[in-house]
Amino acid sequence: MSFAGKPVPHESARGHVTGDALYTDDLLLRFPRLLHAWPVLSPYAHALVKSLDVSPALTQPGVATVLTAADVPGEGDTGSSRHDEPLFPTEAMYHQQPIAWVLGETLEDARLGAERVRVEYEPLPAILTIEDAISAGSFLSGPFRLADGDMSVIESSPLLFDGELMIGGQEHFYLETHCAIAWRDETGGVAAHSSTQHPAEAQEVISRVLGLPRHKITVECLRMGGAFGGKEVQSNPWVAIAALGAWKTGRPVRVRLTRALDFALTGKRHPFLARYSAGFDDHGRLEGVRISYYSDGGWSLDLSEPILWRALFHTDNTYRLPAVELTGSICRTHKTSQTAFRGFGGPQGMLVIEEILDQAARRLSLRPDVVRERNFYREGDRTHYGQIVKDAGRIHTIWRKVKQSSEFDARRKEIDRFNENSPHRKRGLAITPVKFGISFTATFFNQAGALVLIYRDGSVQVNHGGTEMGQGLHTKIQQIAADSLGVPLEAVRVMPTRTDKIPNTSATAASAGTDLNGAAVADACRQLCVRLAAVAAGLLGCDASAVRFSNGLALGNGDESEGIPIARVCEAAYRQQVPLFAQGYYRTPDIHFDPKAGRGKPFHYFAYAAAVSEVEIDGFTGDYRLLRTDILEDVGESVSPVVDRGQVEGGFIQGVGWLTLEELVWNSQGHLATAGASTYKLPSWSEVPDVFNVGFLERAAEPGVVMGSKAVGEPPLMLAISVREAIRDAVAAFGDGGPLTFASPATPERVFFAVQAARAARESVRETIKR
Amino acid sequence: MKRSCYIGVENRFSEEGKTSEFLLNGRRTSIDGAAVQTTLLDYLRDQGLTGAKEGCAEGECGACTVVMLMDDAGGSAYRAVNSCLMFAPMAAGREIYTVEALAQNGELADVQKAMAAAGGSQCGYCTPGFVMSMFAEQYRRDREGPCDPHELSGNLCRCTGYRPIRDAALSLGPAPAGEFLDRLSQPAQRLESVDHQTTTSRFSRPTTLEQCFTILAADPEARLVAGGTDVGVESNLKGTRWNHIISLEAIGELREFSETEERVLIGAGLTLNEIPARWTAAPEAFREWLVLFGSPPIRNRATLGGNLATASAIGDGAPLLLALDASVHLVSKGGKRVVPLQSFFTGYRRTALVPRELIAAIEIPKPLPTFVKFYKVAKRRMDDISTVAACMTMDWDESGRVDRCRFAFNGVAAVPLRAAAAEDAVVGQRWNEAAVERAQAALDRTLRPISDHRGSAEYRLAVAKSLVGKFLWNRRETAA
Repeated sequence: MSFAGKPVPHESARGHVTGDALYTDDLLLRFPRLLHAWPVLSPYAHALVKSLDVSPALTQPGVATVLTAADVPGEGDTGSSRHDEPLFPTEAMYHQQPIAWVLGETLEDARLGAERVRVEYEPLPAILTIEDAISAGSFLSGPFRLADGDMSVIESSPLLFDGELMIGGQEHFYLETHCAIAWRDETGGVAAHSSTQHPAEAQEVISRVLGLPRHKITVECLRMGGAFGGKEVQSNPWVAIAALGAWKTGRPVRVRLTRALDFALTGKRHPFLARYSAGFDDHGRLEGVRISYYSDGGWSLDLSEPILWRALFHTDNTYRLPAVELTGSICRTHKTSQTAFRGFGGPQGMLVIEEILDQAARRLSLRPDVVRERNFYREGDRTHYGQIVKDAGRIHTIWRKVKQSSEFDARRKEIDRFNENSPHRKRGLAITPVKFGISFTATFFNQAGALVLIYRDGSVQVNHGGTEMGQGLHTKIQQIAADSLGVPLEAVRVMPTRTDKIPNTSATAASAGTDLNGAAVADACRQLCVRLAAVAAGLLGCDASAVRFSNGLALGNGDESEGIPIARVCEAAYRQQVPLFAQGYYRTPDIHFDPKAGRGKPFHYFAYAAAVSEVEIDGFTGDYRLLRTDILEDVGESVSPVVDRGQVEGGFIQGVGWLTLEELVWNSQGHLATAGASTYKLPSWSEVPDVFNVGFLERAAEPGVVMGSKAVGEPPLMLAISVREAIRDAVAAFGDGGPLTFASPATPERVFFAVQAARAARESVRETIKR
Repeated sequence: MKRSCYIGVENRFSEEGKTSEFLLNGRRTSIDGAAVQTTLLDYLRDQGLTGAKEGCAEGECGACTVVMLMDDAGGSAYRAVNSCLMFAPMAAGREIYTVEALAQNGELADVQKAMAAAGGSQCGYCTPGFVMSMFAEQYRRDREGPCDPHELSGNLCRCTGYRPIRDAALSLGPAPAGEFLDRLSQPAQRLESVDHQTTTSRFSRPTTLEQCFTILAADPEARLVAGGTDVGVESNLKGTRWNHIISLEAIGELREFSETEERVLIGAGLTLNEIPARWTAAPEAFREWLVLFGSPPIRNRATLGGNLATASAIGDGAPLLLALDASVHLVSKGGKRVVPLQSFFTGYRRTALVPRELIAAIEIPKPLPTFVKFYKVAKRRMDDISTVAACMTMDWDESGRVDRCRFAFNGVAAVPLRAAAAEDAVVGQRWNEAAVERAQAALDRTLRPISDHRGSAEYRLAVAKSLVGKFLWNRRETAA
């Protein structure tokens, strides 16, 4: 019996629905004498810390101590790539940056203590927008360049136009905010529970801050209540503070950000500004495009470089760019340090090319779906960085199939009819594709380890380097291990992620969790099967090559009635002194990229998809509703259809949030004005389309990937571009169908003014005709 | 002595030596020792009941949802509430269930099975809250047909995109026989008075107005609280601490409802969700308004009186009630006075209430207007705070001219208001495009909204004007 490809529920579903599934902050009561931490926050977006007097805090009852730079035995910096994030800064670089941390017997004690800390600041001018950063020359990195083809062709393009698109950021709003608990362990080291996508980096950062070798540090992640990239590196400072506090006081220390602090202190999806020129022929075929990207990196570098690179890589989406010149710079602003978020720069790059294609279509009075299709890659094409677009034919297949299943052409006519008779409500319809490259673009991250332990009763513990954040990685791992070993699902226990089981792991990110860790687990299981087969052959009286494991039985001839329980084989193996544990390892083969030359094969493969969305706008208010969405996604041979469908639907809705209602607003003082659930709105029930069809491309097994599956974490997010384009289509229906644009997200306010602009354009055309 | 690890303040027994208890998952539980402003959520988590989570601490995400038994049509109902917006002493005398109570002897409850089977959980952090909201909906006594997914709209999920949760809710049958169902045939326990004191603060819950005025006379600075959906946010997010909190929720006089030929009188202490069962002849606009007000867990706690008393510039109660010519009945030890709502809001977050005075009821005169529409413009359609909201009403005389008209707004000034100039521009006229333009011109002259993170001043003014046009359009649609 096989479990791969079966719709099994989430491995922790029972724990989720009963409340038994534990998250880091649920462990509080297990730590007697635990101290709570609260930060002293900078009231300025940019200021020098002239003096810091913590003594008043110590007079607050219940305050145990205050952590400052003087307490750091190692290096007081938690920066991920560059060491540019001081834990106790002498220059505040964003509003509410922690300057010091108060530890108290209760959270209230710590908070009241923090209010008493006296800090003298010298406020400095703050750079708060991309435009200001550009004029001030304030950059963290760049410019980076990726170019291909002969750009001079666009000078003679029949259609040549320029434009600009401002793309807003996005708050992760994982339901579980950042949390860490650290304590001195029983043997002289430091241990921590951390809600992190990257326990190995948490370990590295603790070791850096405490000046201890990494073998002294153990980090565990039970599971996360959502992460979406927001806990890839941004969890580092909080676990470092907890560890430092535990080191100093000898007591367990808990750092949990409230939602308000999580908003104020942690990075978001990068806002981007794109300025472009594009040339097309009369049929809407792209001849060349030049784009300058400026991302808002915030105060420190974080992962901004690979994020910008992914925007450059994904500017092609599914389209052949005959000539292209892309540059990108990372602006330094006095805001939170923007970070990884599902899609990792890909969404911003793709949004720009989709904007350009729609602009071209409306300028040429062609249907946007037709223009998109005319520019698709074909088999044998290479990307603008020289990688062959493997399975480019799937772009066309998926497009055709989802157009059919959504009855795109018939509904197009229906909607046009509806719009003719409806002056104040207009509907829009759009289809957009996705091609997303799978692999970390820093090639060396593409490795993973596993440790599989079989006990004498046949029960199995699986350890691997990936973390569970709700994406269903552990579910897929459980299925892969159960299938690989031929045991029932319940015989496999996937353990929480710990740095003392698998060392030097990569972050669980880049959609590659299953590809990497699943392959490593399968590798370990294969070795164990070989060993067990030899033992079983002896018991069954057959050749080892004939032994199969299935459903908890070792079979010699495939007949279950003559099989023997795997538990018996394991016991026999133990007695025959055969080791019942194995390490597994995987590295993604044959990927490479040279950033200087802008050439290489950075991705193992591409994931493809397309979505059709329909919206209706209320012209009186700019308010709109998503009526229907149809998605076809290429997930290869799905290991876990329930998990994969969940990723597609959830990713899509999260993308809808990014492009429609989730708006980050910083005021002129650099304060985040939308720093809570009451001011920052993520999609709720009202954003779910009434009709929501999700299908998987059939017969799509991906060779060279575990179980023939494909990554699914990030690609669906970008299907939400279909919603933005449908909104544009509906806005256009208020006017004369000419080109129009609005910044992202498409809030009701932006849509309202876009509708007014479209109506005004139509009026002016009518005036012209009358004259 | 117990210390909460969140806001632990040591306890001193109240003067009567009475202990405060509530029924938690069927067991008597004492809240003595809890600091007054310990949230019910923190209290539960301190007891090891960590199923309920803190996601936002302001009643927006629903991760902390538990169910509380409340009276309902002679029996009782499980009502989903945000445990982050209840102070622990508010639970005194209540009957509360958390997610840990649902599975019996290892057997999952229907809602749990349905959520697990539908793939309704990914990271699982929001799941206990969804399960509790869905549980309340499955056991809703007036439910006919499938569960209403909108009853889950006070819960946010960041992972699933909601479709599987919707499927789980729609798959549920009637509430299964058993103790949970049997309980609903009996009313909830009557609330008794509470005097919960610690070394630093006090929580009082009188059961009569007279008791309340006595407590207020001794301590006029005490903070009054009804459902706590605003005060709880202030406590959690701003860290405001009060010496004395007086809960109004056990005062019977504030929970009355009556309707005559001349007027409707709604007790200020009725929760929003308690009103529709009483005001059965409410206009359609009232029901349209109700579902846009907060979320189900908020409506299970928030009161109309509380909404008016907070005097938010963007409160959704005001436009509706202003447009219906409502007035408020204010009571104090000295007696009662009736104040038209129009003169109740005196400035940003300021009202005509004087110290030691509270809102007893909201009076709506009859007959109700012929045509009423409520509009709410926000970034998100459900459970969002208004950028602009408006309630508009209109009556016509026999000749078809506008006889009476009300244009009431929030989000366009420091206080909710009626746009009198725009109303005047329309009265006595025929209701058509020209009248709309006159009203819009008046709005242009008189409204001075501000810009903030919810919307620009330009948008607020433009959309307020545009809604007048929509009101005409809706009228024509209705008439057609």
